[in-house]
Amino acid sequence: MATFFFEMKSVITTYLNKTTSAAPLAVFRIGFGLMMLYSVIRFWAHGWINSLYLEPSFHFSYYGFEWVQPLGSFTYVIFAICGIAAFFVALGFKYRISILVFFLSFTYIELMDKTTYLNHYYFISMLSFLLIFLPAARYFSIDNLARSRFAALRLVKTAQQTTPQIPRWTIDGIKLLLSTVYFYAGLAKLNSDWLLKAMPLKIWLPSKYDIPLLGNLMEQEWVHYAFSWSGMFYDLFIPFLLLYKKTRLWAFVVVVIFHVMTRVLFPIGMFPFVMIVSTLIFFDARVQERIISFIRRVLMPLNRFFMPLPLASASLDYDEVLELSKRKQHGHTYMEITYRKYIIPVLAVFFTVQLLLPWRYLAYPGELFWTEEGYRFSWRVMLMEKMGSSQFKIVDGTGKSFYIDNSDFLTSFQEKQMSYQPDFILQYAHFLGDHYKSQGYKNVQVYVDSYVALNGRLSQPYVDKSVDLYQIKESFQHKGWILPFQDEIKGL
Amino acid sequence: MKLKHLGWALIAVIAMGACSDSEDDGNGQEDTFDRKALLENTADNIIIPALQELSTDLATLKTSKDLFISGPNQANLDGLREKWLAAYLTWQYVEMINVGKAEEIFYSFQMNIYPTNVSDIEANIDIDMQNGTYDLTTPENNDAVGFPAVDYLLYGTADTDSGIVDFYSNDPKANANQQYLSNLIDQMDSLTTTVLNDWTGSYRDTFVNSTDNTASSSLNMMTNDFVFYYEKGLRANKIGIPAGVFSTTPLAEKVEGLYSREFSKELALEGLQAVDDFFNGRAYGGTTSGSSYATYLTLLRNNSGTSDLTGIINSQLNTARAQINLLDNNFFDQVNTDNVMMTAAYDELQRATVLFKVDMLQTLSISVDYVDSDGD
Repeated sequence: MATFFFEMKSVITTYLNKTTSAAPLAVFRIGFGLMMLYSVIRFWAHGWINSLYLEPSFHFSYYGFEWVQPLGSFTYVIFAICGIAAFFVALGFKYRISILVFFLSFTYIELMDKTTYLNHYYFISMLSFLLIFLPAARYFSIDNLARSRFAALRLVKTAQQTTPQIPRWTIDGIKLLLSTVYFYAGLAKLNSDWLLKAMPLKIWLPSKYDIPLLGNLMEQEWVHYAFSWSGMFYDLFIPFLLLYKKTRLWAFVVVVIFHVMTRVLFPIGMFPFVMIVSTLIFFDARVQERIISFIRRVLMPLNRFFMPLPLASASLDYDEVLELSKRKQHGHTYMEITYRKYIIPVLAVFFTVQLLLPWRYLAYPGELFWTEEGYRFSWRVMLMEKMGSSQFKIVDGTGKSFYIDNSDFLTSFQEKQMSYQPDFILQYAHFLGDHYKSQGYKNVQVYVDSYVALNGRLSQPYVDKSVDLYQIKESFQHKGWILPFQDEIKGL
Repeated sequence: MKLKHLGWALIAVIAMGACSDSEDDGNGQEDTFDRKALLENTADNIIIPALQELSTDLATLKTSKDLFISGPNQANLDGLREKWLAAYLTWQYVEMINVGKAEEIFYSFQMNIYPTNVSDIEANIDIDMQNGTYDLTTPENNDAVGFPAVDYLLYGTADTDSGIVDFYSNDPKANANQQYLSNLIDQMDSLTTTVLNDWTGSYRDTFVNSTDNTASSSLNMMTNDFVFYYEKGLRANKIGIPAGVFSTTPLAEKVEGLYSREFSKELALEGLQAVDDFFNGRAYGGTTSGSSYATYLTLLRNNSGTSDLTGIINSQLNTARAQINLLDNNFFDQVNTDNVMMTAAYDELQRATVLFKVDMLQTLSISVDYVDSDGD
């Protein structure tokens, strides 16, 4: 046993000491930063900051994060900070602080209202967290330029510069996170509704009858099954096909086709593009260097803005030549991760949580799709079609009662999300209870008459209407007031 | 080299995606369900005939009104009331169609907002007395115009019929009163003509050819209107609100046809029949049925192997109808004597709300809210 552990330790140490080119991480950083910048601009331009965060008078909070609320017009400032941070990340300017600010501002935005929860927003939060610890600005960044007092010259003479080396695990970390997203999304599809009934694609695809060329196909039953099964296989196997050099290029073509298809069929915003660009991380340094040299060529005309004239015309400084030649002699320059002994354990915990969190649903009784206990943060992407209608009843101490018109308090988007998710229903019930209590009603009780339809099944009563939700406290415990699902979905 | 190829492939695929995102699809497709036929049946056999009927009814109402104004007496008042009711019943088939011109001019807001606001009506009449003018089309006047305002003018201005006739003959404001009644009916008629002319003009073709599944396509807007009408116009306004399901106490004065005191049930049943007919694609004033939500749902549910929804919806509508039939003709009295019966009727209507809003919309995969945000 002891030898085994010793060997394990040495295997791990050897692995952690492996190095690789910094180019893939640099390309990834640029792609990520630019796409996030664009996402923020797009979000702003659509007017969603106002309609999703400022218009609603009430917001659905994540359990434990009730203190995260939109901040009035200052919400715009948070978005601006987020966008600027993303741009700085792309430039590799003050990288460490920029990515930290990006992670914090982006995550704050996501926590403001869970109505807008999307797996891909969660993915961005997790990815930016990971990026905080990675040396993504080591190469082809402003930070890197600034490290040398011959910054401007370096830019001109980049051809002579060799790409720095970074620890290999830093790039593998991103690959691991991406692979987790895909693989778990694939696992989640291993259920009888998805594979044997082709649900929910059987509902969604026929409604895409208006897509040119493919519209007609979308109504064919075999297409629904073909999409369901190929989606499952895609998610499960694409990480491996991307990792294996011989299949990588084709796998990438498949990634592009898959995500463009999802973009055409579903309103999923930036997610397909984020995934396509992220997948570039799987390519080796040679490909990444080409991408970098392409960016260089594009940026070349900007050179003179960064370069003081005297320097531009000056011949190479002797010291500089010396330094460059030294570098050449020594081959690749290797960079140490400064706080490695803290970073490695943090990331080990991070990935352990990532791998375990999607399984937490096993701790709850009942059908996951029905109760949604442990549904979020698990890469269950576009997995079910669920709609509900929830009518709340307020009863006061004198026995007087009335129903709530949800549109008095919620936007239609919030109402839609609230209607079939138990934690939303509970939080809203408390909001209503508090509201009417503050209006002078005594002994307020809150009941809900709720119906939910899942994957084309006829709507069924969802919540026990005899339960006063105002007395129920939110917790991670099973919500016994959700009525049982009157059917069975087999699988994971 | 490889990268270059890859680049081109990428560009090609993305361009394909981008095109299919925006391009119009023309008429070349053969669907398993013909949505255009659904829209055609709805436009040609339901919407336009109902609007034509309403237009005829209002023209007749205008004639009766002119007769009454030239000779305010009991017989002419009876005739006018009869024509008002006929038009009001026809209106029940028109209210849910809030697309095209109707949406643009806020048609239904100017036709049937109740309860009407008597002080607004009196204020308008006083403006006339002082030789001023009032604009009946403003949002502030929505609760002082349309069928509910006429209901008040024909039934509520005095306790007795002779008192009402006096209101238009011997009252110091008789002329202004006459004028107000006349203006209301003329406006209702002209609004209806505007909407109808648009349909019989170019809008019909625009409507039936907009078969995409987008927020602004005919099918989606119509579905949205239909479900909205059922939930708000029928379930809440006609039954729920007066029964007090949204308030601590019943609000009997919020019934439709408050002043006539005998038609609220008839109007509600007609509204329900309009929903039933629309859902089943039944021709207005006829018995034949065409392509409809019912046939569409049946096809989709059969295709996906899920349970029959059309039958369940129809059976629930029948249950609701039976429950409403148990009510007093005058909901105002029903609320005040036995409100439990009112809420029982509401509960049956509510069950169908779930079937429309949850089951039907899920099957059609049409979103009711047009919050334009990303999905997952």
